[in-house]
Amino acid sequence: MNGHEMRVGLRAKLGVLATVLAIGTVAFAQQAKPWEQIPVPPLHDFKPEQPKKIVLKNGLTIFLQEDHELPFVNGSILIRGGSRDEPADKVGLVSLYGQAWRTSGTKTASGDALDETLALKAADVETSGGLATTSVHWSSFKQDFDPVFGVAMDVLLHPDFKPEKLALGKQQLAAGIARRNDDAAGIAGREASMVAYGKDSPYSRHVEYATIAAVKLPDLVAWHDKTVVPNGMIVSVSGDFDSAAMEAKLRKAFEPMARGAEVKTVQPAFKDPKQAVYFVNKADVNQSNVYIVGLGTERNNPDYYALTVMNEVFSGGFGSRLFQSVRTKLGLAYSVGGGYGAAYDHPGTFTVAAATKSSSTVAATKAMLDEIALLKTKPPTPEELRSAKDQVLNSFIFNYDSREKTLNEQVSLAFYGYPPDFLDRFKDAIEKVTAEDVTRVATKYIDVSKLAIVVVGNQSEFGTPLDKLGPVTTLDIAIPPPPGAPKK
Amino acid sequence: MLAVGASAQDMASFEKRTTVKVLPNGLTIIVCERPEAPVFSYFTMVNAGSVDDPGGQSGLAHMFEHMAFKGTREIGTTDYPAEKAALAKVETAYTAYDTEFRKRVGQNADKLAELKKQFDEAQKAAETYVVPNEFPQIAEENGAEGLNAETSEDSTNYFWSMPSNRLELWAYMESGRIGDPVLREFYKERDVVQEERRMRIDSSPIGRMVEQMLATAYVAHPYGRSGVGWESEISQVSATEAEAFHKIYYTPSNIVIAVVGDVKAATTIPMLEKYFGTIPAGPKPEEMTTIEPPQMAEKTVIIKEETQPFYLEGYHRPDYRDPDDAVYDAITDIFSNGRTARLYRSLVRDQKIAATAQGFSGFPGDKYPGLFAVYAVPLPGHTDQEMRESIHKELDKLKTEDVSDAELEKYKTRAKADKLRGLADNAGLAEQLAEYQTRFGDWREMFREIAKIDAVTKADIKRVAQKTFVENNRTVAQIEFTAPAATDDKAPAKTGGAQ
Repeated sequence: MNGHEMRVGLRAKLGVLATVLAIGTVAFAQQAKPWEQIPVPPLHDFKPEQPKKIVLKNGLTIFLQEDHELPFVNGSILIRGGSRDEPADKVGLVSLYGQAWRTSGTKTASGDALDETLALKAADVETSGGLATTSVHWSSFKQDFDPVFGVAMDVLLHPDFKPEKLALGKQQLAAGIARRNDDAAGIAGREASMVAYGKDSPYSRHVEYATIAAVKLPDLVAWHDKTVVPNGMIVSVSGDFDSAAMEAKLRKAFEPMARGAEVKTVQPAFKDPKQAVYFVNKADVNQSNVYIVGLGTERNNPDYYALTVMNEVFSGGFGSRLFQSVRTKLGLAYSVGGGYGAAYDHPGTFTVAAATKSSSTVAATKAMLDEIALLKTKPPTPEELRSAKDQVLNSFIFNYDSREKTLNEQVSLAFYGYPPDFLDRFKDAIEKVTAEDVTRVATKYIDVSKLAIVVVGNQSEFGTPLDKLGPVTTLDIAIPPPPGAPKK
Repeated sequence: MLAVGASAQDMASFEKRTTVKVLPNGLTIIVCERPEAPVFSYFTMVNAGSVDDPGGQSGLAHMFEHMAFKGTREIGTTDYPAEKAALAKVETAYTAYDTEFRKRVGQNADKLAELKKQFDEAQKAAETYVVPNEFPQIAEENGAEGLNAETSEDSTNYFWSMPSNRLELWAYMESGRIGDPVLREFYKERDVVQEERRMRIDSSPIGRMVEQMLATAYVAHPYGRSGVGWESEISQVSATEAEAFHKIYYTPSNIVIAVVGDVKAATTIPMLEKYFGTIPAGPKPEEMTTIEPPQMAEKTVIIKEETQPFYLEGYHRPDYRDPDDAVYDAITDIFSNGRTARLYRSLVRDQKIAATAQGFSGFPGDKYPGLFAVYAVPLPGHTDQEMRESIHKELDKLKTEDVSDAELEKYKTRAKADKLRGLADNAGLAEQLAEYQTRFGDWREMFREIAKIDAVTKADIKRVAQKTFVENNRTVAQIEFTAPAATDDKAPAKTGGAQ
């Protein structure tokens, strides 16, 4: 429930994989392969239940997905406009808005009082601010739907932003700023993103004491008034209800809302990074976090499918080239992965990352660079291509094996203006990808001169100096003090 | 189970679609039919974890978990008989090298180098037969989703989901790696595991603190040992030791496997029996003798380094079988669950001294007596001491005043709702079924636990708080920000230790 509190992993379990990756190569078989004799019957016929879509006259879109397995109803109101749309001198505005919105409460019920009422019903109404959207979520037992949905609507339509809750949000963000250089992996991820997108990009910039200090209560109210317009909203509800009755309730709640001006995202210029080596020294670690980063692409790129297969060959899982080389063959990393990323409406990043002991920093980085270079010079073998496609296609069912996933997929597609049958098209397109396609996109998109290296590690243990990789620029990660703070 | 009374969520409904079969070799299989989509998830729970690492071999359970992805006699090799001979030579060469390496007196550097060379050559020879990562790759090519494994203090778990037409393929693979694993590429994987240690512990302020906390809290029980292994020990374990561990702990009677999804018990059970039934039976591992003695005094670790402050304290509590288990859950809920929780209200909302403050239980495990722990993350300008005082004030209040009706009610309602919410997901269900079957000998305890939740009273909370939250039972670990002594990068300002 405290969605904005810092999460601390005190009980992390050990595991064989650091991140869930997904595929693969090789097969020089001499031994019989008994597993190939095991019958794989055709998969049961299965048509995922698609949510019902309703578009109101005021432009608001509703998706309804009945799911009677458990006696709960979950809902979400997605609202266009997020942190990428906030002013550069007020970075943190949307995050603070998302926190203070619900914690402040409404004109008739304080946030603290709502906390209490909802907790007694094991129900939730929460708000949050994201990159492209803000949102209101709710969840409750089905018999509590009316009062809980009532709270969600009250929060949506009658918020009452309070200074003390804004201050509470600011203290959370300030704690994050103060602590952001404690953890090497965190530094590396943050700096890599800034190197890929540029340090002032809406996709990489982060909060500073000064930018959160600049956010005032009227900013939250103005953001609310600007963004909460029905034509910029998607409402989705899933769970144990009758669609006709639910539709009537939602119409009654949302139809009175008057259309407004939709938030239009102005995409920044995207400029590839330059080939360079960036470095942050961290004296208290014995392992380096290495990132190789550049810009990626968008999902509506016709080459997205060939790039997806390329990713599988490159870094898709245990059998992938990167994993086989850096982890299995060389034993240089536990955590290694990445890929040529694609986002819905702006370029993702091409990221290849690994964590390796200080003394193998240069060796591991070189091994990663070698694998990147091989993408262009070593086309996928027929085995690699088959393996990569099998992996994508045979696990495809997991894109829609629950009603909730089907619903979320439709909401995302609708939000970004993608066709509702995007998944089906994706599957067909993957089936058609050839080895030539993979080589073509690798040649077209992979350009080492547009990839930068970011290393966060303990210089005193490197052995081989980092400048073996190229001229090194040291990044300044010092945290700018709060405005008006005494100089140290 | 709840007054709601819908049909898919109560024990009666699960009785109808859940079948348990204990195979003649002792392995327990649970099949739960949930035909929502043509997929299934499985969860294999081996009732052995890091606590079972033999002395001097910390990290071995976790090391073995990694080896379970290296294949079998049939998967991952081009020629098993030849590979087997080559692997035997690797062990001989390693033993010779390791014996020389460990010599405290009279170690011969030239001999060591020569033995290292022979060991490296033996590994190279063995590697010529390896098809690297063939085991996980077959799974992934056949649509495995969420393929992973985990080693906790209490158990080692393997899991993935697959399209349901791959059920038999999975049974072939899983029975192979559980019953007949081949520990190929052991020493390279040992390097990978050391990187995992560097990532999770050595290079992580929180990781370092937690390792020190547990090592300080326990004097006898292996909960005090690093699960990933002390650097010196994990860098010296051998494949022979891992094989011995497998022989003792991966015996079928120590394993429960749950399969949930688009499967029919009537056909699935015989098929699973065909594959898993061939694993040879063995004696159930001996239960552990060690019981942590009562703590005699408060213990504190202060880590002084260039990291923002952090405060953590823990109190020994009984294991999951204790009649008060649900009382600790109630305290956790009242302390930590959401914005109505006491620690949030006191430290975060009202005093504005912490970014986060929470309590949690079963740290680092709950199969044996673990800790009830509380942590707080101070806001800039606030100290560990303030966290400590405020946390103690809240703990004392539990001992002297009854919790409110509303607090108790919230705990009960939410605990039951959370249980329900966990029932509509193949992977989560498989995990719960395997865990309850392992822990209680009957998965139905999942539902029976509701009665224990309902039975918790205000008096229980006071009694348990009075018994648990006492000075002698407390261990504290804290990070105290200390600026580096000089601007010299080579001098890490890291000191610390038990007081």
